[in-house]
Amino acid sequence: MPKVNKNWLQGVVGLGLALLPFGARADELNMPRGVTEISRSVYDLHMLIFWICVVIGTVVFAVMFWSLVNHRKAAGHEAAQFHESTQMEIIWTLVPVLILIGMAFPATQVLIQMYDTGGEDMTVEVRGYQWRWQYKYLDEDYNSTFGFFSSLTTPIDQRYNRTVKGENYLLEVDNALRIPINRKVRFLVTSEDVIHAWWVPDFGIKRDAVPGMLNELWTIVEEPGIYRGQCTELCGKDHGFMPIVVEALPEAEYDAWYAQRLELEAARKKALSQTFSAVELMTQGEQIYNTFCTSCHMPNGKGVPPVFPALDGAEIATAPRRADHFEIVVNGKTGTAMQAFGRQLDAAQLAAVIHYERHAWSNNAGDITQPSDIVEFMSGQQ
Amino acid sequence: MSEAVVEVHADHADHGPAKGLSRWLFTTNHKDIGTLYLWFSFLMLLIGGTMALIIRAELFQPGLQFVQPEFFNQMTTNHGLIMVFGAIMPAFVGLANWLLPMMLGAPDMALPRMNNLSFWILPFAFGLLISTLFMEAGGPNFGWTFYAPLSTEYAPETVTFFIFGVHMMGASSIMGSINIIATILNMRAPGMTLMRMPLFVWTWLITAYLLLAVMPVLAGAVTMMLFDIHFGTSFFNAAGGGDPVLFQHIFWFFGHPEVYIMILPAFGIVSQIIPTFSRKPLFGYDSMVYATASIAFLSFIVWAHHMFTVGMPIAGQLFFMYSTMLIAVPTGVKVFNWVSTMWRGSISFETPMLFSIAFVVLFTIGGLSGLMLAITPVDYQYHDTYFVVAHFHYVLVPGALFSIIAAVYYWLPKWCGKMYDESLGKLHFWLSFIGVNITFFPQHFSGLAGMPRRIPDYALQFADFNMVSSIGAYIFGFSQLLFLYLVIKTIRSGRQATDRVWESAHGLEWTLPSPAPYHTFTTPPKITEAEAHS
Repeated sequence: MPKVNKNWLQGVVGLGLALLPFGARADELNMPRGVTEISRSVYDLHMLIFWICVVIGTVVFAVMFWSLVNHRKAAGHEAAQFHESTQMEIIWTLVPVLILIGMAFPATQVLIQMYDTGGEDMTVEVRGYQWRWQYKYLDEDYNSTFGFFSSLTTPIDQRYNRTVKGENYLLEVDNALRIPINRKVRFLVTSEDVIHAWWVPDFGIKRDAVPGMLNELWTIVEEPGIYRGQCTELCGKDHGFMPIVVEALPEAEYDAWYAQRLELEAARKKALSQTFSAVELMTQGEQIYNTFCTSCHMPNGKGVPPVFPALDGAEIATAPRRADHFEIVVNGKTGTAMQAFGRQLDAAQLAAVIHYERHAWSNNAGDITQPSDIVEFMSGQQ
Repeated sequence: MSEAVVEVHADHADHGPAKGLSRWLFTTNHKDIGTLYLWFSFLMLLIGGTMALIIRAELFQPGLQFVQPEFFNQMTTNHGLIMVFGAIMPAFVGLANWLLPMMLGAPDMALPRMNNLSFWILPFAFGLLISTLFMEAGGPNFGWTFYAPLSTEYAPETVTFFIFGVHMMGASSIMGSINIIATILNMRAPGMTLMRMPLFVWTWLITAYLLLAVMPVLAGAVTMMLFDIHFGTSFFNAAGGGDPVLFQHIFWFFGHPEVYIMILPAFGIVSQIIPTFSRKPLFGYDSMVYATASIAFLSFIVWAHHMFTVGMPIAGQLFFMYSTMLIAVPTGVKVFNWVSTMWRGSISFETPMLFSIAFVVLFTIGGLSGLMLAITPVDYQYHDTYFVVAHFHYVLVPGALFSIIAAVYYWLPKWCGKMYDESLGKLHFWLSFIGVNITFFPQHFSGLAGMPRRIPDYALQFADFNMVSSIGAYIFGFSQLLFLYLVIKTIRSGRQATDRVWESAHGLEWTLPSPAPYHTFTTPPKITEAEAHS
């Protein structure tokens, strides 16, 4: 049956040709070399192991295909009846062992290099939430100086194919993590709810964010730029929609930004004792709603019943008794996707979003919620 | 030699199958139960495959077009669970039921009533699992690995159905494996020493011990989940003093042997088929047995390589990296043995052989990407990306599934006494071979380029390869309907098969008439060295 062997060849060649037009861009084909010493070591190791595998595969398949072509019954080849050879068995056990030892050496070296934590210039706490990241810049005593959430900004219309998708579709956030280049940045990775994983391919680092556990990572970025990654541990509905964006800045630029953020933080703390007008609350509230609430309750407040209830016209958002509304937003509801936002937002933000929910769409509770009401509620319950 | 025995027995008409549905409900006959298992697993393959096609339809282009993310997660989860526990595992048990007694010269399985029970649990287990998809809260959506706390505190209410479903599947597997061990150790015909058993029997003996060792561990894991969810314990809840990572250790202590449960019988099948169509004995029978046992042993000490990114001390990382790399050695022994068996044979390319050759090539590719994944520092980049998806589909689809299909082509003439249509078989092979590679090869690239697994929508640079992959999936998926047509056509109108079926097939099953009578080897045959394994 010589026909069969031609089919084999045709199949393989055809497959290769079919894939060729798609092999045009290098960043679609292989791991990035990245911008850190670690990522380059990892890349080199990856290529080394890859080529070893290619060589082994080629040799084994070449022998096999040579035999398939030349030792065909159709070509009149008579079967030899040899079997069992201890010598051969020993050879093909020992040779792979030697190859593996050859692989284990560089792999161990790179791993040891990666585990060289300590001696850091600064520390950032990375905390996973369903479905966004929070970054806190820690001082020497591991107290937070300031922090912020980093959420996907790709408009929902792009996701549902109603508008043209942007260049960084699904890989863009409102607040990127900013770090300086050429300094050793340590990350303490953890989670507030389920397990997430924090990964920036260009840095060559990935670690799970596990609730109740602190994992350590570090990096020294060598080139300024914007680096993008994604959550890589299934974390629920919007697992595909919590990207990671890191902006690496030249040292001086970073220091200036850091100083400015400290000032902003002082201003924010002051706002907690302020009173706002209804208009200010609505504007601020809408922004927060669109970041934290829309993925379940939808921009129009209709939700996705029965799993994600509607807020538009809901009793909880219109009844005169505000405490129930405060309770569910601040403390969440166990056994559902409703999170305890009291741990994610400050009193001013909570007041704004609650006020917004009570007055957006067809809702008109006719009251006003100030940061002080939230502080009172939160302290009253303790 | 045993033909005479069988013919005498064939006169006992009262021993034939009962009529109608009760034949299947109450049967204790290993051949009937094998048939039930095989049809059931094929049904599950179609259901799990439909889910895969829903996933690939959604991923055909970026954006959300057909399903919502919640439902997408239910599809990935149930696709995995159904393929692993519903399609691959029961198919191997079905083959074991049909073949072990015939290969060992035994009249039936050792525990026929339990055999019936272990099959009939399965439809209820999967009925329970699949019914959750139609409930208000939706089906399991936390991945087939169901990591806590996503599968406990944050799970849909239907998780309890899932837990009971898994318990039932586990009970079925434990009973099945006890039966297989009891049969192999007690029911061998005189002269059928352990080292004369066909390799399919050997691989199943070792697989059955793996099942017996790890299914209770899985049962323990889901029971702890049940307690966390309903009875206020905190095994996996950090806030209550538990540890979510503990779940992963328990799960993968089950999970890694589990993946070998799905591949060792495949090694056995291929080791039966390749010698037949190479017309040459298997190169190293003894070393194949020892390699299988080594792989089984190693499978217990490599589990944390699934968890390199979870945060372990460097000593742990190194241990699991080295032990994982070691698996390449016995696996290499197997591949080299198959190649040496073909070497200087007289090879012909009937459909079972084509699937077996594709198995050797594509399983080796999956094995080599597995070796890459073993290297911890590089695994950080591969972990939970499509590179992993490509890897395990290469070992499970053209690996486990191709071996099952090869086995069906190889033994179907013995089972139903009819020969399948060779040209249709070859067409099925080529469509499957091309489809599977178009589906899974590009996933290596999207993974390396950074596409995480289990996402319903993706960034634009992954678009090309996802489209190719989806096209391949539809080619592969629909070619399996051709397989269904071919099998039905063979059973209904295939031409009569000979008793030996293949000119150089070795083993006791080929000494029986085709189709194999309802009862075989009621008087055990006597096996001499000359007739032992191929």
